[in-house]
Amino acid sequence: MLASIASVFRVTAWKNGAALIMSARTFTDFTTRATFEIKKCDLFLLDEGPATQVVLTRDEGLQYYRTMQVMRRMELKADQLYKQKMIRGFCHLYDGQEACAVGLEASINLSDHLITAYRVHGYTYTRGGTVKEIMAELTGRRGGIAKGKGGSMHMYCKTFYGGNGIIGAQVPLGAGVALACNYLGNNELCVCLYGDGAANQGQIFETYNMAALWKLPVIFVCENNRYAMGTSVERAAASTDYYKRGEFIPGLRVDGMDVLCVREATRFAADHCRSGKGPILMELQTYRYHGHSMSDPGLSYRTREEIWEVRSKSDPIAMLKDHMLSHNMASVEELKGIDVEVRKEIEDAAQFATTDPEPPLEELCNHIFYNEPPFEVRGTNLWTKLKSLS
Amino acid sequence: MAAAARLFLRGANSKLSIAPGSLGTTHAAHFTFQPDPVPSQYGPTQKMNLFQSITSALDNTLASDPTAVIFGEDVAFGGVFRCTVGLRDKYGKDRVFNTPLCEQGIVGFGIGVAVAGATAIAEIQFADYIFPAFDQIVNEAAKYRYRSGNMFDCGNLTIRAPWGCVGHGSLYHSQSPEAFFAHCPGLKVVIPRSPIQAKGLLLSCIADKNPCIFFEPKILYRAAVEQVPEDPYTIPLSQAEVLQEGSDVTLVAWGTQIHVLKEVASMAQEKLGVSCEVIDLQTILPWDIETVCKSVVKTGRLLISHEAPVTGGFASEISSTVQEECFLNLEAPISRVCGYDTPFPHIFEPFYIPDKWKCFEAIKKMINY
Repeated sequence: MLASIASVFRVTAWKNGAALIMSARTFTDFTTRATFEIKKCDLFLLDEGPATQVVLTRDEGLQYYRTMQVMRRMELKADQLYKQKMIRGFCHLYDGQEACAVGLEASINLSDHLITAYRVHGYTYTRGGTVKEIMAELTGRRGGIAKGKGGSMHMYCKTFYGGNGIIGAQVPLGAGVALACNYLGNNELCVCLYGDGAANQGQIFETYNMAALWKLPVIFVCENNRYAMGTSVERAAASTDYYKRGEFIPGLRVDGMDVLCVREATRFAADHCRSGKGPILMELQTYRYHGHSMSDPGLSYRTREEIWEVRSKSDPIAMLKDHMLSHNMASVEELKGIDVEVRKEIEDAAQFATTDPEPPLEELCNHIFYNEPPFEVRGTNLWTKLKSLS
Repeated sequence: MAAAARLFLRGANSKLSIAPGSLGTTHAAHFTFQPDPVPSQYGPTQKMNLFQSITSALDNTLASDPTAVIFGEDVAFGGVFRCTVGLRDKYGKDRVFNTPLCEQGIVGFGIGVAVAGATAIAEIQFADYIFPAFDQIVNEAAKYRYRSGNMFDCGNLTIRAPWGCVGHGSLYHSQSPEAFFAHCPGLKVVIPRSPIQAKGLLLSCIADKNPCIFFEPKILYRAAVEQVPEDPYTIPLSQAEVLQEGSDVTLVAWGTQIHVLKEVASMAQEKLGVSCEVIDLQTILPWDIETVCKSVVKTGRLLISHEAPVTGGFASEISSTVQEECFLNLEAPISRVCGYDTPFPHIFEPFYIPDKWKCFEAIKKMINY
């Protein structure tokens, strides 16, 4: 009783006074947990797969909703800033694929490791980065998560290894991280992501072999958003069953637009790895609304109808919202309240990102090597030497 | 050092201010494209930019050589830089086709196509992505003829890749890796400065019986417009071109940097009364030692400039050879105005690239040595 009154006051604080409407329904009205039926995963080299009946609690639902909404709004803001030329260079947006990042993170710990390619803004957030740091990195300012030196593709956190521009290059790295986990005996694993285009790179197959041979705790995740830049999967791959490509590695094909599916599959995969059975491969079938990057309108290789269809039938945020509302786990106003809060957070972050100063010139040559004492870097002329600190 | 940095910034006036929030200034290009006069000896010409001149060269090749095939990532619809627009429709999908995302596979496959006797023109989407294919290029393509005692060769292979800084490319869309390949005997490395040169040099590379890597300055794809001959023509490889004669300083560069140096030459003439000889090296490997040395013997001073980092950049090879050949003719140490020894930066690009002010400063120092 006291708890629900306290919750009401918290909610009132959110909406700055106009929340009395909400307090008409106390929180004891909401269902705290509900069971959902999710899609069965396609299995490869596995006798049984993830559960098809899952439990979602109200708190979890609200947290996933909020996280996905932050990611969505952050990407849309980045789109806006890019068009205003505040962000330049390359910017690969993640909207549409939020369920993958949130679902994955829900079943692993922050102490586990994750590495992905260049569509990283979402993962940087779920792995511990703040929206302010992410946006400041996009605009190349000193408050950015990589001090403004990396940009859109190169963002990192303590257990998030980026942020890699060269396609496929991150996969062997991920296996190496997993080897270190094994070696250090800390029961951690590494989630190693790549896309449907990257799945055709040679390094990935080399990594499958090493991971299976040495039973590394790697979860390979192929985020199949159907298009490698502008090339559809049918035109690029001899086999579009990406979850079977591991050949001797067990695989799962998961509906990547449903956060509950992704969460359950990841839970299954994480158990598999942690029990010492070796690597496992998950193909997340997902979709991106934007083009490959901001220089790609995304319409020359797919139709507007297709995008609209996915948006209206399988949008991850809409699906979660639907689940929660239909099972009385939240109210429309509450979710709207979260939306407003998220919008404000993103606005503040964008404000920071556009006003923070750029990194100082001295930063140009820092962090090339690890060195003590600082050394000099040859510059564009004989007599120009800049100092490199690390 | 900080003082030197400030000096450059002051000298650079509007273009390079890295003041907080000064965003509009990063858009200005660091060079002005200077078109060549219309060539009269190759027949009727048409206005084309760099990517159109490449398309024209490829069109001529596919028309005259029935074994020629073009492949790479996204070439079928025209390529991310529109270099292969219209070719698939004109010549068929068995001659212009997409490969999956696998650079090592693309080049390896290309070597095979070339060895079997067809003309292979492989595209690597950005020169920054050529490294997975580095083993195939250096260990297989370059050494094929040598190791088989001339029984086999992959001379029919030409690899094309967009190259160099573009204003916002950051670490992995701006690299100039010519120095890595210059270290490999058996390959030819060619970099054009303009559409007319590009078409002629590309056709020479395709015709050349050695594996060639053709780097195309991506910042010039749209910016460089010239009257380019429609018919095929070749420009000889391994011949540097003297663009402007002079008597006091020799300036050597290739690709986009030539346009920077041309501007530097006119600045030097105007402000210092110094007469510069500008040489476009064009072919990096094997490079035209004679032309450069003859020029240095005449002027006594040499400045080499490229975007790639200074340590181990190709300027070091030129510098070393020139001092061997022309030691007693040198009036001042050879100057290399190149990129810093850092990865190609994201936000610091305007400061990183060897722009005209840095080159101008280097000339001043050489003259007053």
